[in-house]
Amino acid sequence: MSSPASPSLFAALFVRDLRLALRRRTEALLPIGFFVVAVALFPLGVGPEPQTLRQIAPGVIWVCALLAAMLSVSQLYASDFADGTLEQLLLTGGSTTLIAAARAAAHWALTGLPLVVAAPLFGLLFDLSGAALRVLALTLLLGTPVLSLLGSLGAALTLGLRSAGVLVILIVLPLAIPALIFGSGAVAAVDAGLSASAHLSLLGALLIVTALGVPPATAAALRISTE
Amino acid sequence: MTNHSIRTVLSAVPISPSIDSTFHVSEPHLAARGLACRRGTRLLFENVDLALRPGELVWLRGRNGRGKTSLLRLVAGIATPEAGEVLLDGTPIAANGERSRRVVYLGHQHALKDDLTSAEALEFLLRIHGRRSDRASVDTALEHWDMLGQRNTWVRRLSQGQRRRVALARLVGEHEASLWLLDEPFDALDADGVQRLNTLLLQHLQRGGAVLLTGHQATLAPTLRARELDLDDCAAA
Amino acid sequence: MSGPRLRFFTFAAPPRFYSLSGSLLPWLWAAAALLAAVGLYIGFFVAPTDAQQGESYRIIFIHVPAAWMSMVVYLAMAAWAAIGWIFNARMASMLARALAPSGMVFTLIALATGSFWGKPAWGTWWVWDARLTSELILLFLYVGYIALVEAIDDVRRADHAGALLAIVGAVNVPVIYFSVRWWNTLHQGATITMSAAPKMQSTMLVAMLLLTFAFWAYAFAIVFVRARAIVLEREQDAEWVRGLALAARKSS
Repeated sequence: MSSPASPSLFAALFVRDLRLALRRRTEALLPIGFFVVAVALFPLGVGPEPQTLRQIAPGVIWVCALLAAMLSVSQLYASDFADGTLEQLLLTGGSTTLIAAARAAAHWALTGLPLVVAAPLFGLLFDLSGAALRVLALTLLLGTPVLSLLGSLGAALTLGLRSAGVLVILIVLPLAIPALIFGSGAVAAVDAGLSASAHLSLLGALLIVTALGVPPATAAALRISTE
Repeated sequence: MTNHSIRTVLSAVPISPSIDSTFHVSEPHLAARGLACRRGTRLLFENVDLALRPGELVWLRGRNGRGKTSLLRLVAGIATPEAGEVLLDGTPIAANGERSRRVVYLGHQHALKDDLTSAEALEFLLRIHGRRSDRASVDTALEHWDMLGQRNTWVRRLSQGQRRRVALARLVGEHEASLWLLDEPFDALDADGVQRLNTLLLQHLQRGGAVLLTGHQATLAPTLRARELDLDDCAAA
Repeated sequence: MSGPRLRFFTFAAPPRFYSLSGSLLPWLWAAAALLAAVGLYIGFFVAPTDAQQGESYRIIFIHVPAAWMSMVVYLAMAAWAAIGWIFNARMASMLARALAPSGMVFTLIALATGSFWGKPAWGTWWVWDARLTSELILLFLYVGYIALVEAIDDVRRADHAGALLAIVGAVNVPVIYFSVRWWNTLHQGATITMSAAPKMQSTMLVAMLLLTFAFWAYAFAIVFVRARAIVLEREQDAEWVRGLALAARKSS
């Protein structure tokens, strides 16, 4: 009857989040819906010229993925904060860092992973080559976890605030710029016939550093916001 | 007129004479000294002392806005006090590794997710606190509150009183002499629910546990012989 | 056993800062005005014309110190906020809050003057030069910090949340700068190059230094003014503030 082992707390929280999202399938898919609409707006705004579209495609897809990921993140802790679950989680004696990591992981599984699957389909609409599409999927695979992690830090800082949704975007976007640069840069490089290995290594390094450094910061933010 | 002098809650006589004599009656499980709480830029209360000994029930009273919930959160270690300290078995509560095992805190909101069934919600809460969360334990707990028939109902379909019952079901499996910190546990309960809770509390106290709860109405059974701590007397200037 | 310990350092820090800053202020304003006057004179009238960029290069005498200050102030803000958070020192948190708006103003000045510098060379009002773009992102970091602390009602939570955000931002600044440089070289972007800037003759260096010190003095002065206002507002229930208010009312 002691405190649960750490993996058990992580698993319980992760499974619960997935279960909750499955019961609200429409809401869970809203960010993807936003992504679809936003991406489609660009050709309408810029003109259908294939050359132009192919050039702007990596940046457009990455920026829209970034915004879509940020949309759902402010809700990450809001519901638990409102109904008292967050208090209970903080009382379990389990590591707050682990709780933060579990929430970010669940957010990525529900928003990031679908983006990884959906984005290359849209790359086709912009006439990207096969190699570029593969790299696009890879950069999103590496980059969306970074976005989920940074987003969860923003959500923890803005817990319970009225304008949390917009505030999170304002706080997190500057921090997400390196990921955006390396991610879209990789695709552009491959499209131009160059190697993307440098970009990908940098993106990978960014992911590792973020995964190690952000959950403890998020845990500190949770403590600040609930005291 | 405010009162800044130190209010020490005197040691009380154990509730039940059949208490196990291995408990040292004079040793408090939980001791709080000189607690002060801030809301905004003002102090809500200061110099509050509190001690919970085996078999004791303390009823925290006071008007709305006096800081009852705040004090409870300080004692649980969720919030950090402006001044003073809370010790669980001698060590500061926030750093105490035994806290999860020794303390049960039920907030005013019941921490049940709308999109889970009662059984799933209860199971989650039991599991994260390291209590037995297998199907049999969950069902026994729900059965104790006459909620077994609603085990597969969505929480959002339950009434406030029913949600309170499910939230309180966490207390059923507690057999250690733990400390219960309950925020408005009687809220929304009907007469039957009130009676069940009183029974649970009495059994808990007889096992040597301790309870600190808040509430407005005097729904506590007289047999519990609650000690009162009135925050209206502790208000800061 | 000692009595319960108070968590905040409630000693003389705010009143001491208030009186100390009050006596320093006139000197700081005077220094700022004097240094700025001399520096601007040398920069705009004494330093020679540049062979390549003509007269327009002179804007760097304002641009460089402003950019410098915007960086330094951000780091100072993050440092004071961190101290306020870790040691629960109220005065440190108040200083951090006072630094933010000034840092943002310096950033805006740097961006505007950078734009003026680029216009004659490139013909456009904005150029996505690596340094200018990084400066723009620094502006976003300031805006994010100010937006966050203004949105939180509880003062202590606002201070600590801001501290965490400022620290995360400070740690990210090298990463952001590196990635923007990378992005700029990849896309062969324009550069408002300092390397193409006129070789620094001694008069130019003197002007630059004088204006840097002028900015420092100004920054101290304006931050002190703002910090004093914050101190009065937050400590309004304290004895010494009431004493000041009474004295002010009597003398008016």
